Amino acid sequence: MAVRIQTADFDVGAEIAALRRDNPKVGAVASFIGVVRDVNEGGAVAEMTLEHYPGMTEKAIEEIVIQAKARWDILDALVVHRVGTLKPTDPIVLVVVTGSHRGEAFAACEFIMDYLKTRAPFWKKEQTPQGTRWVDARATDDIAAERWRLKG
Amino acid sequence: MVTVLYFARLRESLGKSSEQIALPTTVRDLEGLRALLIARGGTWEEELAPGRPVRAAVNQAMAHGDTQIADGDEVAFFPPVTGG
Repeated sequence: MAVRIQTADFDVGAEIAALRRDNPKVGAVASFIGVVRDVNEGGAVAEMTLEHYPGMTEKAIEEIVIQAKARWDILDALVVHRVGTLKPTDPIVLVVVTGSHRGEAFAACEFIMDYLKTRAPFWKKEQTPQGTRWVDARATDDIAAERWRLKG
Repeated sequence: MVTVLYFARLRESLGKSSEQIALPTTVRDLEGLRALLIARGGTWEEELAPGRPVRAAVNQAMAHGDTQIADGDEVAFFPPVTGG
């Protein structure tokens, strides 16, 4: 398991290759890439700044990955999350899960992402033509995380 | 003493990112510390008032009002998270 917080961009191909390297048990690799959009809540977004809580961020995401491993039969997982200033079209988060079969890998990948949205201490601040604004948490993210309580 | 950290919107509106607070003997949990900060009035009262969307962590783990706090702990207050 690896969790990294960084300002730099990530190379998806290299990250996936590293995660599954020399492991012939891997039959499935599921990945998710979150990307910065140019519009949010009806307003144009020129760029955004991501702040986090160093130390707690890594612990919170590691805990989420541990839960995913306990729940699904997966082999390994990687989470890379960027912080700092990002512009529309920039990748912001990468989740990769390896497993023997696709079903478990898909489910674990989505679970990690849904829990990350509501439990990992990141905050987005957007720069718009009207000025800067902190992004409000979405109720739909809570609902997305909550549904995993009923499943599995 | 406890270390108290503030993040994102709270850090900006309260005008500080961290401080050391000597806990009165009456303050034993997160709710007590929040009440102590609210009693400062002004922006503190506005931002931390009950019903405001404030989350907290104790020693880098998500915490609730009844989470115990003691000398040496690291407490953080912040808005609901918006990563990913």
